[in-house]
Amino acid sequence: MKKTWRVVMAGVGALAAGSAALGQEKPVAFVNARVIPIESGGSAAPEIENGFVIVQNGKITQVGRGKADAPAGATVIDCSGKVIMPGLVDTHSHVGGIGGADNSATIQPDVRISDSLNPFDSGYRRVVAGGLTTINVMPGSGHLLSGQTLYMKMRMKDGKPAHRMEDLAITDEQGHLLGGMKMANGTNPMREPPFSGTRGKSAAMVREQYIKAQEYAQKAKDYEEKIAKAKKDGKSEEEIARMRPPARDLGYEAMGEVLSNKKIVQHHTHRADDIATVMRLSKEFGFRVVLHHVSEAWKIAEEIAAAQKDGKVLGCSVIVIDSPGGKLEAAEASLETGGILEKAGVKVAFHTDDWITDSRIFLRSGALAVRSGMSRAGALRAMTLTGAEFLDLQKRIGSLEAGKDADLVILSGDPFSVYSHIEQTWVEGNKVFDRSNPEDRLHAAGGFGAGRDQDPYFCCFGNN
Amino acid sequence: MMSFRWSVAAGCLLAASSALAQNIAVKGKTVYTMAGSTIADGVVVIKDGKIAAVGKAAEIKLPDGVKVIEAAVVTPGLVDARGTVGVSGLYNTKHDSDQLERSAPMQPELRAIDAYNPLDRLVDWVRSFGITTVHTGHAPGELISGQTIVVKTTGKTVDEAVLLSPAMVAATIGPGSIESGNKAPGTRGKQVAMLREELIKAKEYAAKRKAAAEGKAKAQSDEKADEAKEGEGKGKGDAADRNLRLEMLADVLDGKLPLTVTVNRSQDIESALRVQKEFGFKLILDMAAEAYLVADQLKAAGVPVILHPSMYRAVGETENLSFETAATLKKAGVLFAIESGYESYVPKTRVVLFEAALAAANGLKFEDALASITIDAAKIIGVDKRVGSLEAGKDGDVAMYDGDPFEYTTHCVGTVIDGKIVSQVKR
Repeated sequence: MKKTWRVVMAGVGALAAGSAALGQEKPVAFVNARVIPIESGGSAAPEIENGFVIVQNGKITQVGRGKADAPAGATVIDCSGKVIMPGLVDTHSHVGGIGGADNSATIQPDVRISDSLNPFDSGYRRVVAGGLTTINVMPGSGHLLSGQTLYMKMRMKDGKPAHRMEDLAITDEQGHLLGGMKMANGTNPMREPPFSGTRGKSAAMVREQYIKAQEYAQKAKDYEEKIAKAKKDGKSEEEIARMRPPARDLGYEAMGEVLSNKKIVQHHTHRADDIATVMRLSKEFGFRVVLHHVSEAWKIAEEIAAAQKDGKVLGCSVIVIDSPGGKLEAAEASLETGGILEKAGVKVAFHTDDWITDSRIFLRSGALAVRSGMSRAGALRAMTLTGAEFLDLQKRIGSLEAGKDADLVILSGDPFSVYSHIEQTWVEGNKVFDRSNPEDRLHAAGGFGAGRDQDPYFCCFGNN
Repeated sequence: MMSFRWSVAAGCLLAASSALAQNIAVKGKTVYTMAGSTIADGVVVIKDGKIAAVGKAAEIKLPDGVKVIEAAVVTPGLVDARGTVGVSGLYNTKHDSDQLERSAPMQPELRAIDAYNPLDRLVDWVRSFGITTVHTGHAPGELISGQTIVVKTTGKTVDEAVLLSPAMVAATIGPGSIESGNKAPGTRGKQVAMLREELIKAKEYAAKRKAAAEGKAKAQSDEKADEAKEGEGKGKGDAADRNLRLEMLADVLDGKLPLTVTVNRSQDIESALRVQKEFGFKLILDMAAEAYLVADQLKAAGVPVILHPSMYRAVGETENLSFETAATLKKAGVLFAIESGYESYVPKTRVVLFEAALAAANGLKFEDALASITIDAAKIIGVDKRVGSLEAGKDGDVAMYDGDPFEYTTHCVGTVIDGKIVSQVKR
């Protein structure tokens, strides 16, 4: 079947040539562990006091209770006294010395974060030290729309951390990079022209661009129909070739992927009225959106829960910060946000916003939410499967179930205890972090030589 | 080892108000006194704002009419050895940000007592986690940014809150206080040169003042009225006018109050030690990300460290910081405390309870981690006669928890300052 020009165009979105090696063919059995599967077959799965996980070829093949029936030739790892849970999913990170949109405009959908990250950045070593196996790397919040994000796996290649963006990227079956669209409202993107100066202007500019993107998509559709009709009418190849397609615009194409719900909007937003504005725009244009940070979401938890019902507002990715304030719109931030949203029926995930919080202690976010009223099961799901849902990756990652990617962490103790350490992190059946390895340990604990980071490029900071 | 108990006259210890304090008894399944052994099923009795007795609940007879409160774990009110709450406000806007004056690189005359807002919500916030004492004031960011004070996290006015004023003079060496453009200091070498020059000026100023004062005294003792007048005039001429800036540094050189120097890279730590050796003042290091590289030198010099928050960001000059530095310093025998430090964005303040918890999870023993935010912090900031441990005669400052205070899922369930229950929110 001949592809339409739209599909071909979408295909230009950077093909990832050959992903990194999948896990070993030889099965690995993690036995005698407390296993936290999160979910099994669509329903919540209780923690298994004494269980096992078997992985092979990068996938989980079996999760069970009691003595493992390890396949012949399997490498058996005794995890007595340890805890195994799915690799953590960070829905919002800035690791990698990244730089998205620049100062030239406030809406830059053509910018791809995948073109800017440094895979050698030491931040990625801290990511695996924290048990994060999937992260959504995003441009900053200094723009209404700062570019396309990238969903990444912290993979190994040839026994070493992979060092090409293409080897770290998560792709679809055709090899297209997967990612969302980063947007922001509130005070961070409000600046001197060409940026918006007020909240009303911010929404107006977003609306204007989405309308243009709709019109662009309509022109594309009209063109496709015209071609289809011409073919049906038996026009000659020559005649059809003379029907020129509309001029391409990579920005509107990317926004088109938002409008068609292929890409999820990952939206920075704090104040309750700003959150409401995001939900209003989502309804108006039909885009799917995850509400990020959400300092004041606790004030309108019921409204967010109601907005979730049409499937466009997916839920809230909460940042857990040790104190309120730092800027006006975060003055009412609360440690209780996760628990309040959970009780109202809002889907909750967490994120590091690394470097705002450190990937190495990401589990602390869920733990502090539990301290402040969230259920343990809800917080564990938030750190894993709900995060995966917010990236459209729930079929591949986020729980320990046969058929899913072999992404897991081994902890020395309870995931929500300050005294627990992440001992090992595995991605697609390969060990990517081992605390007993001195080099990994240096990144986990810090010390001389641990850091040589590039500061991420956030043009808004200092402008609040 | 240097002594950190300087005279009351120099440090100006102020009595916090205890007018409304009632007599209370705080019972705990476990009471960490930080003075001797931990007590199981203990009680802390507070009368008129001061601790009257600490011991086994079964062995202490409670006074009549005492209000009894209970918790699983009781500790001394926590002491944050260095933060900026009350000076660098929650909103982080111009009207509540007084932590850093950028008009000149050296302004030791800036007093924290003139900038501290006891009603800032962040004061409340840290108090709700059991923090009762904070060493706060001018932030790092200029070569000499100003003075600091020690406050209790209570009171409507600074006078009610303040425990020690001034506490220290704050300096910064390293990229944190390097100026942009053609302004000095633009390099590390220039920073130390300027510091040295200013300290020499202060030394000369102090000598002149002293000579003038002595001249005046001599003239008076000789009972020669005319000469006395002349002497006074002469003395004034020698000492020039009072210079508050040099006066503060002269007090530092006199040992009346310490100079706390914010440094991170080991080379900057060494610069601070070098200047200290040259001038002989009381030096307290702040932040000290790479202190683990020079722990033995710090021990030898008897210089204590107010260590960066465990969760401080590992970027720039702190790129090599470690969760394990506290454990390393303990092992080397260096007196240290863990601080909330200064944050320019979010979180607007860190919470020392959380920062010590991370150290406790990374090689530091539980009691040593608790000491770093109680008695050892109090010693370093010069208020250990009043706070930092649960001992008869000390201030009635207590923190209460429903479990291991360092665990993520434990709550602070009560805070008592000077015998008053100031927070009961479960947080």
